[in-house]
Amino acid sequence: MTGLTSASPQQANLGDVLVVGGGISGIQASLDLAGAGFRVYLVDKSPAIGGKMSQLDKTFPTNDCSMCNLSPKFIECSRHPNIDILTNTEVVRVEGEAGNFRVTLNRKPRYVIEDKCTGCTSCVEYCPVAVPDAYNQNLSLTKAVHIHFSQAVPLITYIDHDTCLYHQDEKCNICVGVCKHNAIDLHQKPEKLEMEVGAVVLSPGFETFDPAVRGDYGYGRMKNVVTSLDFERIISSTGPTGGEIRRPSDGKHPQRIAWIQCVGSRQVIPGGNTYCSAVCCAYTQKQVILAKDHGAEIDATVFHNDIRAFGKDFERYYQRAEKLPGVRFIRSYVAIGKEMPDSKNVTIRYSTFGDGVKEEEFDLVVLSVGLSPPKDAADLANKFGIELNARGFCKTNPLNPIETSRAGIFVSGAFQGPVDIPESVVSSSGAAALCGQLLARQRGKLGREREYPEERDVSREEPRVGVFVCHCGANIGRVVNVPAVVEYASTLANVAHAQESLFACSTDNAQQISETIREKGLNRVVIAACSPRTLEPLFRDTVREGGINQYFFDMANIREQCSWVHSREKEDATEKAKDIVRMSVARTVLLNPLQEIKLPVNKAILVIGGGLAGMTSALNMAEQGFEVYLLEKNAQLGGMARKIHYTLEGLDVQAYLGELVHKIYRHPAIHISTGTTIQDVSGYVGNFMTRIKTGGRLKEILHGAVIIATGAEEYQPTEYLHGEDDRVLTLLELEGQIASKAETVMSAESLVMIQCVGCRTAERNYCSRVCCSQAIKNALKLKQIKPEMEIYIIFRDMRTYGFREDYYREAAAKGVKFIRYEPDDKPLVEVVEEGGQNLLRVTVTDPVLGQKLALDTELLALATAVVPSSSRHEISKLFKLPLNADGFFQEAHVKLKPVDFGADGVFLCGTAHYPKHMLETISQAYGAAGRALNVLTKDSVTATGAICGVHENSCIACGACISACAYDAIDFHYTAQGKKATVNPILCKGDGLCNAKCPTSAIYLNHYTDEEMYRQIDAA
Amino acid sequence: MGAGHDFKPRILGFLCNWCSYAGADLCGVSRHQYPANLRVIRVMCSGRVDLEFVLRAFANGKDGVFVGGCWLGECHYNTEGNYDALSMMHLVKKLLECVGLNPDRLRLESVSASEGFRYGEVVTDFTTKLKDMGPIGTGEGIEQKALKLKLEAIRKLIPYIKLVEREKLRVRFKDKSEYEAFFASDELNSLFNDMIADKLAISQIMVLLQDQALSSGEIADSLGMNSTEVSKHLNNSARKRLVRFDESQKRYALA
Repeated sequence: MTGLTSASPQQANLGDVLVVGGGISGIQASLDLAGAGFRVYLVDKSPAIGGKMSQLDKTFPTNDCSMCNLSPKFIECSRHPNIDILTNTEVVRVEGEAGNFRVTLNRKPRYVIEDKCTGCTSCVEYCPVAVPDAYNQNLSLTKAVHIHFSQAVPLITYIDHDTCLYHQDEKCNICVGVCKHNAIDLHQKPEKLEMEVGAVVLSPGFETFDPAVRGDYGYGRMKNVVTSLDFERIISSTGPTGGEIRRPSDGKHPQRIAWIQCVGSRQVIPGGNTYCSAVCCAYTQKQVILAKDHGAEIDATVFHNDIRAFGKDFERYYQRAEKLPGVRFIRSYVAIGKEMPDSKNVTIRYSTFGDGVKEEEFDLVVLSVGLSPPKDAADLANKFGIELNARGFCKTNPLNPIETSRAGIFVSGAFQGPVDIPESVVSSSGAAALCGQLLARQRGKLGREREYPEERDVSREEPRVGVFVCHCGANIGRVVNVPAVVEYASTLANVAHAQESLFACSTDNAQQISETIREKGLNRVVIAACSPRTLEPLFRDTVREGGINQYFFDMANIREQCSWVHSREKEDATEKAKDIVRMSVARTVLLNPLQEIKLPVNKAILVIGGGLAGMTSALNMAEQGFEVYLLEKNAQLGGMARKIHYTLEGLDVQAYLGELVHKIYRHPAIHISTGTTIQDVSGYVGNFMTRIKTGGRLKEILHGAVIIATGAEEYQPTEYLHGEDDRVLTLLELEGQIASKAETVMSAESLVMIQCVGCRTAERNYCSRVCCSQAIKNALKLKQIKPEMEIYIIFRDMRTYGFREDYYREAAAKGVKFIRYEPDDKPLVEVVEEGGQNLLRVTVTDPVLGQKLALDTELLALATAVVPSSSRHEISKLFKLPLNADGFFQEAHVKLKPVDFGADGVFLCGTAHYPKHMLETISQAYGAAGRALNVLTKDSVTATGAICGVHENSCIACGACISACAYDAIDFHYTAQGKKATVNPILCKGDGLCNAKCPTSAIYLNHYTDEEMYRQIDAA
Repeated sequence: MGAGHDFKPRILGFLCNWCSYAGADLCGVSRHQYPANLRVIRVMCSGRVDLEFVLRAFANGKDGVFVGGCWLGECHYNTEGNYDALSMMHLVKKLLECVGLNPDRLRLESVSASEGFRYGEVVTDFTTKLKDMGPIGTGEGIEQKALKLKLEAIRKLIPYIKLVEREKLRVRFKDKSEYEAFFASDELNSLFNDMIADKLAISQIMVLLQDQALSSGEIADSLGMNSTEVSKHLNNSARKRLVRFDESQKRYALA
């Protein structure tokens, strides 16, 4: 493996990509690849795509509904002309090399003919064989023939070979007779498929750790001990108990629930995983919050080790969970006591420093199980000719976590190691960027265009509104009386059809909406569901599929702004939902069909920030044939990485950085401007114009997209005598001194490090994510140079998540001493004169002994906060990008759009997003490039049709609109009736300020015209 | 005129798509609860909220109108319509005050996309305040008929007010306190009285006379104005031939 990604476009490379694994990671990789103009085969061994995320109820730290975010992606995949979904399919063999692989697939029989099955589920009803439902973690029953889950793509049944009676001894074929579509074929044989692809993305995901193998904590023996994934199904509205928390033994609502952390993780004993699974702390907090949401009276107890709230907004999330009444977080190792013979309650023994060992009874115990490699990892490695690492996950390039040991085969998601959803999504977009680099020459050659039915001319029709009211599982339905809203809607003027939907966004529901539009001749559609900010594009597409203009549509937001905020006032919420629907219908009646404008795309990209993130994105985009403008405010490229000399994993950062900078400078398509500031920015996706200033010279850059990689800074502490005593350093300063072999460090016999300096405080209420691992890194480095050196790390929680945990253990084994402190009892640092010497003394309370411990040390290193870049406000204003409460850029969606912004064509990577490790930054930099690729590979961008126009008869040429428009989109032109205002549709952005200024209502904003607004106001 | 305990204020809100509407969504995502009195209309920018939208809502019997926009300097658009929305709000407050309505029935707040919690708090607070104010009109001691008339009188003036706004009241300050100071200044008040208040009084008289001819005393009673003022306006209007004095009835009627 070489340091830098060396894949380069070859003429002979093929333009198809195989994506293996249809979880969120594989789905995102497929969408990004397909969007960039490649043909994608998305293969999943299970009967439907969706992976583990489809089993989750909600996602942290926003408590967004998991399926609500995922299922639109299913639809996008299934509708995408460049994606072929192959479910029930496994890879048999991969031959060839990067750019030209021959892949053999085995399509297992589903015993249901995909083209014929309509998903009516008659067969399920009649099937006599009840089997445990794996999707529901075997907590409920399904049939031998069934649909995988209710939003599945494809939404058709399959027959489980192992339990089907026909396949046991040919006893039963009821389903064959029942099926009206002759879709059942019990004699289906496995099918061998062969294809040639240019690249492969492996996204097989992970398995949850199985506590049954060792019978951990009574799992498997005691019915009321469940795993966290079991619990995820138990709280889900589509789960075995219909969204009510009921325990397995007797179906009762548990009052006392305990969570046990680190099950299967951070263990050196056989059968356990040594690493930290990185997601369990946060998902447990989520489950606690959700459990309390289900029943305020529930007592929740979490037995934990370190709380690893290292992600963006995780610290606040932990505080939110912890502050809930009846919630206890107890730092203790635990053992299961016994199962009570009658109640089947379970006791847990634990100890705290103050109170010694206790035994407590719980109604339900949830094991927070970790993430293990996929069961078939070894088999996958064999087939794809890739190597695994010591923990059984995919071995990756030490400098590029998306590259496997075999060129042309990339890895995304949790097969890299335990990661959360956003990191998984980032690596998927990154894999798309790397495939793009490899296959650049074939891009777009195999792509197909999406075809829509012809748009019906409805101008002569009376308004016929269709209203679809979504239950959103229980999200809406549990609060709002959906049938009552439907009934009410059907009484409204112009409503021709009203109905309920379980999940309006699921493939079958969306399809049914399109069909209903056609069958009932609807010409306006109202979908009462979630926020238009989430699913409006999807439903506009659905309306288009129904053969009418996509602007004949309005979303009534009865979830985010109704059921979720009035969950205890069901009647009021139902009345409000009716009002919202009425307002929507009133508005919809007046809506006009609008046409979108296609604007050409400038194929250049602007990358702001010449650190590791910016350079990685820039090089990837340039390798794919795009012109890149790389801006750096400092005189030199490199950013923060210039101060980092080695990584925890032992890589030489400066050597890598040097090589990268060299490649950047040498690349003909990269235009570098250092010492540069941005003067102003105008334009929009596809056509930005940015004016920059370099050393007094002004320059205009035209570009189609922009990547924000402005990085972060190290907090300069005033605490703990930093700046007053030379022996007090920041971690970066210490690292610099170690690298330069400074005498102060080389001669020191003792070192104390204090963690969380300037973060996890009221002022900076977040965790800087990297400092724990950085402390361990430097401690290990010093132990390597000077094994006898006395090193103390004074910490709050050691957050060495993922594989970094192994280094934490190594440091402890090498004699680094760890002392935990509480935020209200911070260590005291002072200079003490003793025996004629100025001693640097750190006093800290030892939590085990409960006593003050005075440590005289020669050096003190402070793990200081990573703070957002000082340029953030400027960049935020220039590009109109939001910042979060901590000053980091706020991405479009924390889970599924981690490198996108709400504004199109602007992407984000590196520490500008949040503190992160180098490899995470590299991954995200590729991710941002992968997303930008989706803009720049297109020849045109579509601008909204909701822009302004002028009723010339009413225009009095007063110029009020012209003076209001900062886009210069309005001008006068001369007509037979004199001077009139006119709108340039390309420049108009549709904000509608001019409308509010016009004294005669002559100028109008399409889709938000005065008449439409008045109707809505009058209906409110 | 105190409001009963079970008075449920009816509120109409206009939220900008990029900040406040997103903040309201986030409030939902965070499951932060607030009272169910508000109905929301999404606009792309708070600058799109026309004077007519607000007045129409009050005329329809809404007890409060809420406008949510981005923080100053954070508008999604180059037009920065949130500044204009702020001006518009101050102007409408003046107009409401002028006809005897509580200006606090209109509230504009900046709520960013990340301020879900704050959105809920603001809505809760506004709802509570409106409960204290009581139903529109009733709370101010204005009869429903007079209320309708007064609001209609303002709405008839909107095209004129827009022209005045453009010529005389178009300001752009950096922060909200400057807007508040400007709209409270003597200079602004005298300008408002000269340019708008008189017109508004006449507009009210005109609307009132639409139904029937009335004496100046009756007009003064109906509109809660003093009779000297009414006579002044009637004389002026008669000169402009907007109204005429009907000798037979001894009453004023529309010309």
